[in-house]
Parts: sequence; C-alpha cells; structure tokens
Amino acid sequence: MTTPLIELHEVTRRYDEGPPALREVSLSVAPGEAVAILGPSGSGKSTMLNLVAGLDRPSTGTVTVDGVRVDQLGEAASARYRRARIGLVFQFFNLLDDLTVADNVMLPAQLAGMGRGTAQRRAAELLGRLGVDRHAGAYPGRLSGGERQRVAVARALMNRPPLLLADEPTGALDTASGEEVMRLLTELHADGQTIVVVTHDLVLAERCATRTVQLLDGQVAADSALERTR
Amino acid sequence: MSALARVVRAGVGRRRVQTIVIGLVVMIAVTSAVLGGSLMVASRGPFDRAFSQQQGAHLTAQFDAGAVTEAQVAASASAAGVAGSAGPFPNAELNLNNPMGNPVPPLTVVGRADPGGAVDRVDIVDGRWATGPGEIVLATGEHLRLPPQVLGQRWTVSDAPGSPSVTVVGFARSASQTADAWTTPAQLAAWTGPDGPRAYQMLYRFTEAGTAAQVQAGRTAVQASVPAAALDSAVSWLDVRREATGETVLLVPFLIAFGMLGVVMAVLIIGNVIAGAVSTATRRIGILKALGFTPAQVVRAYVGQALIPAAVGAALGVVAGNLLTVPILAQTDQLYGTDDNGVALWVDAVVAGGALTLVAVTALAAAARAGRLRSVDALAVGRTPRPGRGRWAARLTSRLPISRPVTLGLAHPFARPVRAVSVVAAIAFGAAAVTFAVGLGTSLNRIQEVEDIADVQVGQPHRVPRGGPPPGPGQPPGPGQPRGPVQPQPFDDPAAIERVIADQAGTDGYLGMARSEITAAGITGELDAVAVTGPDGARYYRMVSGTWLTGPAQIVVSTPFLTAAGKEVGDRIVLTDKGVDLPVTIVGEAFNLDDDGMQVVTDVATLRVAEPELAPSMYYVTLGSGTDARAYAKALTAALDPLGAVADGLSHEPDEMIIIINALTGLLSLLLMVVAGLGVLNTVVLETRERVHDLGVHKALGMTPRQTTAMVIASVVVTGLVGGAVGAGVGVLLQRTVITEMASSVGFRLPGSVLDVYGSLDLLLFGLGGLVIAVVGALLPAGWAAKTRVAVALRTE
Repeated sequence: MTTPLIELHEVTRRYDEGPPALREVSLSVAPGEAVAILGPSGSGKSTMLNLVAGLDRPSTGTVTVDGVRVDQLGEAASARYRRARIGLVFQFFNLLDDLTVADNVMLPAQLAGMGRGTAQRRAAELLGRLGVDRHAGAYPGRLSGGERQRVAVARALMNRPPLLLADEPTGALDTASGEEVMRLLTELHADGQTIVVVTHDLVLAERCATRTVQLLDGQVAADSALERTR
Repeated sequence: MSALARVVRAGVGRRRVQTIVIGLVVMIAVTSAVLGGSLMVASRGPFDRAFSQQQGAHLTAQFDAGAVTEAQVAASASAAGVAGSAGPFPNAELNLNNPMGNPVPPLTVVGRADPGGAVDRVDIVDGRWATGPGEIVLATGEHLRLPPQVLGQRWTVSDAPGSPSVTVVGFARSASQTADAWTTPAQLAAWTGPDGPRAYQMLYRFTEAGTAAQVQAGRTAVQASVPAAALDSAVSWLDVRREATGETVLLVPFLIAFGMLGVVMAVLIIGNVIAGAVSTATRRIGILKALGFTPAQVVRAYVGQALIPAAVGAALGVVAGNLLTVPILAQTDQLYGTDDNGVALWVDAVVAGGALTLVAVTALAAAARAGRLRSVDALAVGRTPRPGRGRWAARLTSRLPISRPVTLGLAHPFARPVRAVSVVAAIAFGAAAVTFAVGLGTSLNRIQEVEDIADVQVGQPHRVPRGGPPPGPGQPPGPGQPRGPVQPQPFDDPAAIERVIADQAGTDGYLGMARSEITAAGITGELDAVAVTGPDGARYYRMVSGTWLTGPAQIVVSTPFLTAAGKEVGDRIVLTDKGVDLPVTIVGEAFNLDDDGMQVVTDVATLRVAEPELAPSMYYVTLGSGTDARAYAKALTAALDPLGAVADGLSHEPDEMIIIINALTGLLSLLLMVVAGLGVLNTVVLETRERVHDLGVHKALGMTPRQTTAMVIASVVVTGLVGGAVGAGVGVLLQRTVITEMASSVGFRLPGSVLDVYGSLDLLLFGLGGLVIAVVGALLPAGWAAKTRVAVALRTE
C-alpha cells in the first residue's frame, strides 16, 4: 500500500468555548490524488486546510504530511515546511499589490534562499506554462480575476511542492475565469500533482477531483473513496 | 452609557498598544517640556529671584568710621528715595588662618547680630548664625569655595591681638554679596582692637533702582545726608547682578536649544501618533457610519479616544517634569542662592494645555477627514498602502543581492512617504539631541580643560593670592587670577626657582607669572596684566586667532578686550605701566576668561621696561602623564625649600555649572531619544497593523519568524540612516550655534579646539545612532509581527 501523503488521525480543533470546528477527524490522502473537501459554511473545511498547511494546530490528534508531523512544528519549522511541501492558492488570490507578477511568483523561492536569476527562470517557465507570461512585469491590480488566480497558482508551484492546497479557488471568479482555473487544476492533476481543494462548488469538485470528502459540523459525513471501497 | 461613550471606551481598550503609546509619548513630551520650560523660567533670573527673596541691597555703602559717627550713618536711612535700610554694621578686612595654619584670602567680616532685617536677609545655608564670642559664619560663593567639612573647624584670626581662635558655626549666602563672613558686632570689636571697627556698612533699598541712573541718584542722596568724605565706597546691585549672572546667561541658549528640540519633537510625534491612530481606524469609522453614527459623532468619538490617554499622559508628565526639575534646580539654588523649588504652575498649565490642544487638533483634523468619507469608501479603504506608491523602490530593492525579506522591508517606507518623512524627522531629532549633547559636553569639558592645564602651582608660603587654593584640596586657578587686595610676592631668585622646577622629575612644562596693573589706550580703568616667563607659555592658553608671544612688545588678549578697545589682532596699542607708555602689538586673541576677558598677557620683558624689578610671583607646572601631583608637589616643595617657595597640587574638579549642564544634557537627550524611539515604535506598529494581511501572505508562502523580524527591522533602516545622517548634521550645527552663542553672550569667541569637537568616527557613530533608535523602536513590533499567526493574519481583511 502507498504511504499516504496526508494523514489526519483523530484530529479535533476547538476554538474557545463553542463546539469544535473539527471533531475527531481521520483522513488519508494518497500521492497523486485530487481531493475536494465539500461542506456548508462552518463545517470545518478551511480549518482542515489550515491544519494541513501548518497554518494552525489541532487541539488533539495528529497531522502528518509527506512524513512530517505538522502538528508538532514550531513557527519557523512550519514556515520551512510550507516552503518545501505546500503550495497554497487562496480564494482572493492574496497577491502582493506592490510587487510585480514575476516578483510575486518568485517570492516563495527567494524566501527559500534561491538566487534571483534561478528564481526568475523558474517563474518565467511557470508563467509561460500557465499562460500569463505576458503579464510578468505588470502589477496584479491590472489583471483579470482568472489571470490573478493563474499567477497565484504559479506562485504556489514555484518550489515544486508535493501538495497543492486550494481554498475556494473559483469562489471569487466569474464563470469564464472559474472555467480557466478548473481546467488548470485538472491539467496539474493530470501531470501528477496532488491537490486538495476546499470548495462549495460541486462543479469544481466534479471536474477537478478524483475524490470528494463531505464535512458536516466538523465531522466527515461522506468520503467517496470509502464509498467506492464499500 | 451612551453609544458614543461605549465606542470611545471600546476604542481606548481595544487598541491598547496605541493607547499606551499615545499616553507615553504625551507623558515624555510633557515631561521634557515642563523640565525645559521650568529651567528656562528659572534660568532667566536666579539672581533676581534670590535678590528679591532676600530683599537685596540696591546700594551697599561703606563709610569711614573715622569720618562719620554710627548715628550719622543710621540717619542716612531717611535720605530721599530710601525705601528701606539695614545697618550700620561695623566691618573690617581681616586675615584668618585655617586649622593647618595656612592663610585664607583676606575676608571682609561684618558685625551683624542677626541675618534678618529689612534689607539683605541673609540665608543660612548650613549650621547657624554667629551669636556668641569666638563664632563666625562664612559666606558661600566663588571667593572662598569652601568644602563642607570646614563647618565646625577652629580657625585663627591672625590680625587680632593674640591670634584668637574662632569656630566656623555656619555658612550663609547674601545675594547682595555684602560680606565674606559675619560675626557678632561685639566679637568684631574685640578682634579689631581698641581703635574699634574701621568702617560701617549700610545697606539701602531705593524706591526706584531699576537703572544705573536711579541707583546713582540714591547714592547721591545718601552721600548728601552724611558728612563730606564719609562715604568710602558704594556698590550698586546692578554691578553685583552683572557679576553674578555671568554664568547664568550661559544656560539660556542651551535651554532654548533643548526646549525647541523638545517642543518640535513633541509636536511631530504627537501629530504622527494621533494621525496614525485615527487613519488606521478608517474601516471602523466606516462601520460606525454604516450603523448610523453622524460625522460629528465620529469626530467626537475619535478625539475622545485620543484625549483620554493623552490627558493621563499629560498629568503624569507634569508630575514627572516637576519631580525632575526640583533636584536640578536645587543645584542651581545652591549655585545662585535661591530657595524656591522651581515649580512654575503656569509652565505646567501651558505645557499640559498645549499638548492636549495639539492632540485634540491633530485628532480632529484626522477624524474630520475620516468622518467626511462616505461609509462605503471608509469600509473599502484597505489597510495596505494604496497601490502605486513606492513601487519603484520595491522594484529597485528586489534587484539587490541580499536576502529577499530584507529587500522587501527596505522598500516599505516608500509606500508611505509622508509617514516616512515624519519618522525620519523623529529619528533626526533624537540623533540631533545625542550629537548635540555629546558635543556640548565635550566643548564644555574642553573649556574646563583650559582652566585645568596646570597640575601644580608654586608660590611663596603664607602668601597665596585672593581666590587661591582654599583650605583642604586646592582649586585649579588656571593661568591667571582675579586681582585681590593681597598680591603674591615676587620671588627673589626666579631663575633658581625655574631651574629647580625644570630639573624636577615629572615636570612636563611650566609657566611663570608676574602680575601688574596697567591701562590701555581706549579702555577705561585699570587692567590686570600678566607677564609670563618660561619656555611653555603657549600651552597654557588656547588661541582663537593670531599667534602666541614670540618676544617683547607683544600682547595676547581676549575678545572682550578687543571689543572694548576696538582693535583686531595685528593692531598696535599703547599700554601705560607706572606712567610709562609701552607701544605693543596685539599678536593673538586667546580664550582667557580671567578679569572678565580684559586681562593682558605679555612677556615679562615687555613690562620690565616700566618695572625693571618685575619678577614672577607664581609658577604653574604641568606634569608628565602618570605623575602623581601630590607626590610631585611634596618633592618639589622639598627641593624649593631653600628658595622659600612651596608647591601645591591643584585639584581638577569640574565646575558646578558644567556638572549641571552635563546632567541636564544627558537627561533631556535621553527623553528625546525615548520619544524618538516611541515615534518609531508607533509608526512600525501602524505599518505592521496595516500590513498584517500581507504579512500573513508572506508567512503562508514560507517566511520564517526570523525573516519576518528581518523584514520589519529592514523597513526602518532607510529612515534610520537618513534620520541619523540629518540628525548628526543638525546636532553639529546646533552645538556650534549654541556654544558660540553661549560664549558670545558673555563677550567671548571660542578657539577651534572648543568648537570643533567631532571627529569623522564620532560623526559616523552619531549617524548610526539614528539607525539604533530606529531599530530599537522597531524591535517590539517586529517581535509581534514574527509571532502573528498566519491564519489570524489572513483573516484580517
């Protein structure tokens, strides 16, 4: 059996006094899978994504990604973990407005210590692959939503991460731009990229994911992989 | 509680850092302004305050006891224009010896039953008033410079029959400087013998005494009321005041400079902090407006939010300012004889009111702008800088071959140019304060060094000059002393003395001095002339311009002499000594404070034309490094014994005024640096808050806490360096201006060694001082930024 890329074991995340955002969730994702995490608002989707990305820590349980116990990492180690293993794509792109497209894309590599020249070549390659190379010298504010999300994906792939995490990647886009992004994610998955997408969008889940996990009130309500094995 | 009050309370409580920074900045600004203001007020008239408190004498008159009776002197109290009087007090000039048997300078001893009265209410500084036989109270001040251990000592009156002993029972101070010592009238009569007191002193206050003419009119009236020739001499309070305030005026330009720095800095930082606090709340203002708050309510809410911590800070600042003022003024009280605590309530009110007005106006302007924004715009105003600003800098720094977090930080100030300029200004003020403080201290110490060049003096035993070394440790007299009634006697064989000094192990250089009194064409009155001898004269004087003496018929003088004579270096002038005209050339201008800058320094050969027997009466010796002055003096005294000369070590204790200025400088600099640091801290907090979302993105992309700290610290590097460079330049300019002004206020020009006190390395360090202020101010917010949780930061939209 393949070693899972992501393994959540009885993970609970509790904020203050309210009910837990995640409750004893266990989940495994194999390398090369494209998983869509579905669920209504407040179901715990983003919390799960944050835990996998090392942006947050579980109250109990363990989170292991690519052999790393993410729940045990300190701030600095967590940052290094994200640099090396995670590509993050956000709903609102989170591009830095005062940096050019190329500088935005190069940033994760430069934070990891890559030289400017090498980073520039890699960024150019990615921007070309994602069809936004003509905007390399522009600022994100001048780009359309779809183009911005492509730039964000390019940035996420800069350090060749084994895992791409996308939080509502089409949530802020019009239909045409959403289509573009869905096609891009599909292509990436086809190239072997492991992807976890958090979304409300069933179309996106259907088009891009090989597996869907339904969260409800902080628990896994349905998992297509499990259903298939049954 | 109204909705408005709730908003204000929540705002104050929620933005704790900002609330604390506003409070602290206002507190420190008010502290330094109260301190500076109080000292400025106090420095404007320590003599006047002391004189007023003591009901000082407008005229201190001396009557010849042989030409007038006590009753006739007493009757002069009803002369025209006399508003009050004290006396007549018998008085005489007496010679006393200290417990070691050494003579102290001759003292004008006044027989006075008590220190109070209608005029000249003498303050007892320590001990008590003389009430019985064998008791004396000594005046504090420049004449004797007595150490505190003198209190209780038994001295002897060498002039009195049988040299009776006398106990020092107290120290007292007379602003009018009416005596060197006081005793009971009966005791004075006993000391002066059967002929009785030689003079009567009468002290007058006039109804009008603001001008020399008014004092002269009073003197004329007094003189007319007593027999002719009875009035020996009379001293106007205006002359005493001029003498006494010589040092005080030095403080004024210094305090004005610091006061201005403090005020401008306070305005800048308070403005920056308040405007920043309101601008970061624009989104919240949008929410309030969306909920139905009117623009006026929004403005009131934010002015209130700023005023609450500012009021607390102002109150604490007033208390702290006064707490600092009191001990510092206690030192000036000691110096000038005042006894108030220095707290000026109007200064407190003006400073606190000014600071709060400034806070209110700044908050009002910023809040009014936010209040006028449409709700939708206010809500839409992002926390990150508007795109477009500073992109060129981001592009430029991204090409630098250094770590990316650093290059990101370096570009930050250019996104908010106005804010960056205000931070540069704050840092510049801090750096200027430090540069100025160090430069001022160095300049003052170099002035002191001029006085302290000699380590040992050689004179004749039991013949020390007035103003010479007191009992106990000797005071550094420097080359030249004020004239006194008893002049040191010339040495019989100066050549032999010089040989012994030159041969003594440890001698590095020496200067012999002979003294005389001369007149100079174009200058009224007699002048102190110092005729020097020895191979090392030049080292004892700091030249402002021209050269040192190279032979006879040359003189070196100070600025006041040149001003009074209307001459310049290179001009010729005729001196008259003992009726003989001596044409001389002014070859140099020296920084020489003696005789109020009117002293003439020349070669002994110049005056020997008129005084062939003129010989040095004092030698000043400079020792080689590492030579123990006390041991040297002892050995030299032994070697000089056959020649009838003694050597005394000179103490090099700093002047009280310099100690006060140094202490004040250090304190005010510290306050200004703290305010500058707080200004930086506040700005970086604002920047961090505004960029918290970007920070979250950076961290999500893998920026480590250390890289985050580096980015935030780097964001103040440019402002710190620019501020430091500007501040160092301003500080140098300020030091030169203030020192020059301080000197010119007493009529002097300064030598280059006093003005040019900064080396290249010093300037580099002061420039880097700005960077230090910036980095220290940024450390705390950098730590917060490093600790910010990514998920929290990303949620902060």
